[in-house]
Amino acid sequence: METLLTRYRGLLVLVTVLAIQLVMLGLQVRNQSEVRLLRVWAVSAVTPFATILEGIRTGVGGTIASYVDLRGARAENDGLQKQITELRRQNDFLRAELETAQRSDALLEFRQRILSRTVAARIIGTNAAPASRVVFIDRGSSDGLVAGMAVISANGVVGRVLDVYRTTSQVMLLTDPSFAMGVVSQKGRVVGTLKGLGQRRVAVDYVENHLTVEKGEWFYSSGDDRVFPRGLPVGPVAAVAEGGGFQDILVEPAGMAQGLDEVLVVLEAVHQSVPEIKAPEPTLLVPPRDEDDDRSAEVSMFETSSPQPLDEPGAVPGAAADGAAAGAAVPAVRRPPATDADRLLERYRRIGEGQGHVFGTGLPGSTPPDFNRTPSPRRAAPADGAPGGATSPAPAPAAVSGTPAPTPASASSPATPVSSPPEQP
Amino acid sequence: MRVETSRLLIDSPGERQIVRFPWWILIAAPLVALLFQVYVPVIFRFLNFLEIPLLLAIYFPLMWRRAIPGTLYGCAVGLFQDTLSHHPIGMFGVAKTLVGYFAASVGMRFDVDHWMVRFFLVFFFFPFHRVFYWILSNSVLNIPLELDPSRMLISAVLNAVVSVFLFNILDRCRESV
Repeated sequence: METLLTRYRGLLVLVTVLAIQLVMLGLQVRNQSEVRLLRVWAVSAVTPFATILEGIRTGVGGTIASYVDLRGARAENDGLQKQITELRRQNDFLRAELETAQRSDALLEFRQRILSRTVAARIIGTNAAPASRVVFIDRGSSDGLVAGMAVISANGVVGRVLDVYRTTSQVMLLTDPSFAMGVVSQKGRVVGTLKGLGQRRVAVDYVENHLTVEKGEWFYSSGDDRVFPRGLPVGPVAAVAEGGGFQDILVEPAGMAQGLDEVLVVLEAVHQSVPEIKAPEPTLLVPPRDEDDDRSAEVSMFETSSPQPLDEPGAVPGAAADGAAAGAAVPAVRRPPATDADRLLERYRRIGEGQGHVFGTGLPGSTPPDFNRTPSPRRAAPADGAPGGATSPAPAPAAVSGTPAPTPASASSPATPVSSPPEQP
Repeated sequence: MRVETSRLLIDSPGERQIVRFPWWILIAAPLVALLFQVYVPVIFRFLNFLEIPLLLAIYFPLMWRRAIPGTLYGCAVGLFQDTLSHHPIGMFGVAKTLVGYFAASVGMRFDVDHWMVRFFLVFFFFPFHRVFYWILSNSVLNIPLELDPSRMLISAVLNAVVSVFLFNILDRCRESV
């Protein structure tokens, strides 16, 4: 028996193991249960390694992917750099084209604005001599150009035609040392001679020291040289200083300020006026208002019916006084008085109306209106039929308006009353 | 003819070489095999055909040439595999117990160091294991599993090829006695 067990020991072990497992299987199937503890152990044994492996895989994969991406990014970067270079080149080209188009538009607009007949030309080359300021343009005798014609741009004078060939011409810029033209300042109409210096700026010579030329003031072509028509802008004064006999004036040429690409050649010069400097508008300082006075003044203002304005903004006070003096002949629409002077003027006018006095009439020495009476509003006039309406005892005007009462002579010229003022009750 | 057979078969029990492995190999190998089985097909789906635990359940009993250790090792690997499956524990255990027992029995007769013996043994045991598992699944669990013979044979060939290389690697872990 023992020999038998020894001989079939392996088989017995197999049968036993199988039997145990089958029984276990059967129990699990029948009870619908599972050996959870074993599964927990197994999962606990395997999943940490799986997590580690997954971490390693992710890390390595991420590194490799990053490296691949980096290589791709480097290649992409190279491509983008080339693209940027190409786009920059295109951008520069387009910007240059745009600037050319803008200059052309400005030149066309300028050409339509000036009176002189011109022909547009393009700068096609410069002179070989480094010191000279001479350029070539693509217009020649076939286009009607002759030597000595003025060359301008939309911003101002550029130079004059030096030599003319069939299809091209040589233009001497105003910065050339041998260039000269007559100029006049805008403000003081100071006449001088503009000369090139071979530099960026040009000089205006023969301006005496006692003449006033300010920095920033513009010089225009004077038309005296019979080359440039009068009224073309040359440039602003960049520096001015007294010199020996004549002032040292440097002008920044405006015609070449934005580069030279297209120019206009003046075929038939027509003089234009040098533009006037606009006077600055006067500043009107409005004092604080007296409400009572304002109210009465407004009432008076709305009762007037004449369409003629009395005081325009910027009008001198004397003119207003004159208008007031002539108010009887030419009634005027009045604006609300803005200043104390306006209010005082309005008060005197109403006093005159209340007393039937017409300012500006009457002989010298005649009785002036009583300025101490309080002016009555004209609204009451139609009610009682009196021209001046009812009036109350007059306080001093200075007490009302707060300003000293002027003498009649200072208010207007001596006047003779046409009718005597109505008696106060 | 004699030369050919002497290369595959063992003529006498004295020719059996006693093979031993470090204990940690016996523990780590199934762990790595199951880790491979669980983790690698998630990333490389084409490696789904590999049955590394089965290869281990064949290799170690085959090399030991002893039925009891082979049976127990196959049982242990199978149960370990069962714990990571969603089926009741014992399905792979029973199948691999049988594989371990028969692999150890075959090892007594064949020269298990020969690659061709290994190849054919794996090629044989793979369908054996798959069919037995299929029988258990249908009979015990009443779960009808699909058994595609052609697919099974292809998987058997591929596993046999892999086993040749895997067994060579495991051979390097043997302890000389």
